[in-house]
Amino acid sequence: MENLGCANNPYRDSKVVEACSLFGVMDRGGRRFDGKDIIRAMANMRERGNGLGGGFAVYGLYPDYRDYYAFHLMYENTTAKRRTEEFLAKHFNLHLTEEIPTNNNIQLSNPPLLWRYFLQPKKGCGRSSWDDYVLEKVMTVNNAIEGAFVFSSGRDMGVFKGVGYPEDAAEYFCLEEYEGYMWTAHGRFPTNTPGWWGGAQPFSVLDWAVVHNGEISSYGTNRRYLEMYRYLCTMHTDTEVLVYALDLLRRVHGLPLEVVSKVFAPPFWFEIDRMERKEKELYTALRQVYGSLLMNGPFTVIFTSRGEMVGLTDRIKLRPLCVGVKDDLIYMSSEEAAIRLVCPSVERCWRPKGGELVVGRLRAQAVEKLLASSEV
Amino acid sequence: MKSYLLSEYLVQVDGDRCTLCLACVVQCTYGVFSHNRESRGLSVRSEKCVNCHRCVIFCPVQAIAVVKNPTAYRENFYWAEKTIRATVSQAEKGGILLAGMGCDTSMPVYWDKLLLNASQVTNPSIDPLREPVELRTYLGSKPDRLEVCDSGDGPVLETAIAPQLTLETPILFAAMSYGAISLEAQEALAQAALEFRTLFNAGEGGLHKRLYPYGGRCIVQVASARFGVHIDYLNAAAGIEVKIGQGAKPGIGGHLPGEKVTREVSETRMIPEGTDALSPAPHHDIYSIEDLRQLIYALKEATDYVKPVFVKIAAVHNSAAIASGIVRAGADAVVIDGMRGATGAAPLVVRDNVGIPLELALAAVDQRLRDEGIRNRASIIVGGGIRNSADVVKAIALGADAVYIGTAALVAMGCSLCQKCYTGKCPWGIATTDLEISKRLSPDTASRRLINLLQAWSLEIKMMLGGMGMNSVESLRGNRLHLRGVGLTEGELKVLGVKMAGE
Repeated sequence: MENLGCANNPYRDSKVVEACSLFGVMDRGGRRFDGKDIIRAMANMRERGNGLGGGFAVYGLYPDYRDYYAFHLMYENTTAKRRTEEFLAKHFNLHLTEEIPTNNNIQLSNPPLLWRYFLQPKKGCGRSSWDDYVLEKVMTVNNAIEGAFVFSSGRDMGVFKGVGYPEDAAEYFCLEEYEGYMWTAHGRFPTNTPGWWGGAQPFSVLDWAVVHNGEISSYGTNRRYLEMYRYLCTMHTDTEVLVYALDLLRRVHGLPLEVVSKVFAPPFWFEIDRMERKEKELYTALRQVYGSLLMNGPFTVIFTSRGEMVGLTDRIKLRPLCVGVKDDLIYMSSEEAAIRLVCPSVERCWRPKGGELVVGRLRAQAVEKLLASSEV
Repeated sequence: MKSYLLSEYLVQVDGDRCTLCLACVVQCTYGVFSHNRESRGLSVRSEKCVNCHRCVIFCPVQAIAVVKNPTAYRENFYWAEKTIRATVSQAEKGGILLAGMGCDTSMPVYWDKLLLNASQVTNPSIDPLREPVELRTYLGSKPDRLEVCDSGDGPVLETAIAPQLTLETPILFAAMSYGAISLEAQEALAQAALEFRTLFNAGEGGLHKRLYPYGGRCIVQVASARFGVHIDYLNAAAGIEVKIGQGAKPGIGGHLPGEKVTREVSETRMIPEGTDALSPAPHHDIYSIEDLRQLIYALKEATDYVKPVFVKIAAVHNSAAIASGIVRAGADAVVIDGMRGATGAAPLVVRDNVGIPLELALAAVDQRLRDEGIRNRASIIVGGGIRNSADVVKAIALGADAVYIGTAALVAMGCSLCQKCYTGKCPWGIATTDLEISKRLSPDTASRRLINLLQAWSLEIKMMLGGMGMNSVESLRGNRLHLRGVGLTEGELKVLGVKMAGE
């Protein structure tokens, strides 16, 4: 999509503003389950969206193709499809190509062509640098091929999204028929009407997916900082900067998750001043060095990556987040009602403090109790 | 030679009010007033008046008014009064005209064409009266990334950070040397910096022994003349600034007339008493960027790498490229001084014609350092024309880490911008080294005024930050999306990196 910015941001606003409903659920035991509950939960929060975007991310989605990157593509026309497929064939070994199944009885506005590809980088690219390679190619398709957009590119996971209410998008993509051990969803209330499918959430690249509710006032600072590290913020959304920041800090800079959360939502200086020496040194350095990635302004975000679901709000909690636990199931939601709807017997249900990290991990990897994080 | 210059001002004394207390005679250092013993009245020589307001403020019965001389030259847009006066003055004296303070011409003021944002509906504004809004700022080089190891006992920082200076507000006092200003004025700045936990800059005239206790809040300069530079001086300071240029007079060195070089000034500067202290135009050991690198590292070596080294340049046409070189040469901060920056003495023609507006230079430098991926390596501090808290906020949004204020600080202490600093007779006790005059300035009182100013501006900055929905100043840094331009050309908007209002 050469005109990605225009598609997502037709009025060329500084950034696209939106409010939303979020929901996430995972089974720490890794048991896969279908999307019925999350679809009901999202439908219950219909008031929080306005039908201009809904989407889902599912992990543990393609167990048979675990070693292949699953590219989900939107095409505006067949030329874009042809050009993209030529590009993919040149850089990847394609294992399987198929149209993404859709229920065409569901009327959504202006659906693009939807295809998926299971692929691996061509020989010569060492396995350790696969992610970098794939990321670069995704960026190339998204920025250089008019009318084509890769909206999902992870392994054993996939994103489904479109313009409509989330429950309609779910039906359109036949999500009741898929299973995964972890699901997140997003219902959107943008303040303009991009009407472009790629602008819906979850926003995803490689194994990362993010659903986000908020408007980050520090967007200009965050974006200019990321541009220094060659991330092109073509979508003009807060969500995009969150994802790139996460990629930079976790993957490129190798920072532990709890540290990353303290970059996005750091303690106040008066709190840092009261810390023990070692801790104080760390937190001071984080703000000195990564101050430009402080996400200032209201946000709730649910990040997911392989085996992990992370909830975080801004440090003064200007957007809602509720967490619920029942046996191996962990829920994160904009509203408690949505959790109680799908899990009436939820054992614990609480609202984490502003800036407090909540992490759910697959049991195999052990759920760790993290610094300043909620016990799950 | 008879002077053809008209007096600029007329001093009017209301005879009905005047009690002949003679406070004005004492207060005026320019000899406007004298007591005429014969007529038992007040003699007034208006031609000596510089309109500094000292007599007006200190007249206990408000009997004095200073008005512009109504006898004006014939109106002429091209040959304005200022231009004619300069020509007449040079015809009579044959020299370079000196001026004090900063450029006062009608060059565009970009600050006034930039407007700030505020939150409405989609994100809440934050109220600094009820919630914390943070202004703490660290100056110094930052690494591009941190290494954090995950010990069993929680994450531990493994990266050593270069020395940083901590400010509780992103405002520092600009370089004003002892000699250009009085020791009392400098002590007031030092006290205020200490109390407010910011920094003052001692300028290029050395550091008087009395101010060594304030060293922890002091930036010392190393300028082309190396006045007062010795190891104790460097070690006493919190940071060191290599002064290459100055916004008020880019391309030339500092200028202190011999009249101001008293015994204590001479001791502090390490020069003979009564000699003119003229800094060479360039540093004669810096003819190129690699020489600058040597000086930066010589200073770091001398001080065991525990102090950040800043490099200050005047805002000129190719500031962006120069700043990039400075960062690559190892400076921990780049200081950009705009053409509105003031000075104790500068040639008028240079002050008013050389250099570029700070706003444009700042925008260009910040963008260049980002384009080259080296913005983290150095802080950007700007000075030369910061008039109020809105200017500070706009400067930070354009990309500055912090600002230097000079003129605003002087005004807080009593300066009325009469622009006669180079005479050494400042009746407010600020730009003088005459002990009889400088004792008028109480460091305690003056520092109170400075602290009040810092407090007022800091509150206003918090209010504007909160209004934009941010509770920490680092989220404003380089955040040009919170700026919009009015009345600017496309070219200007492009250099500033801001959109037009309404866009």
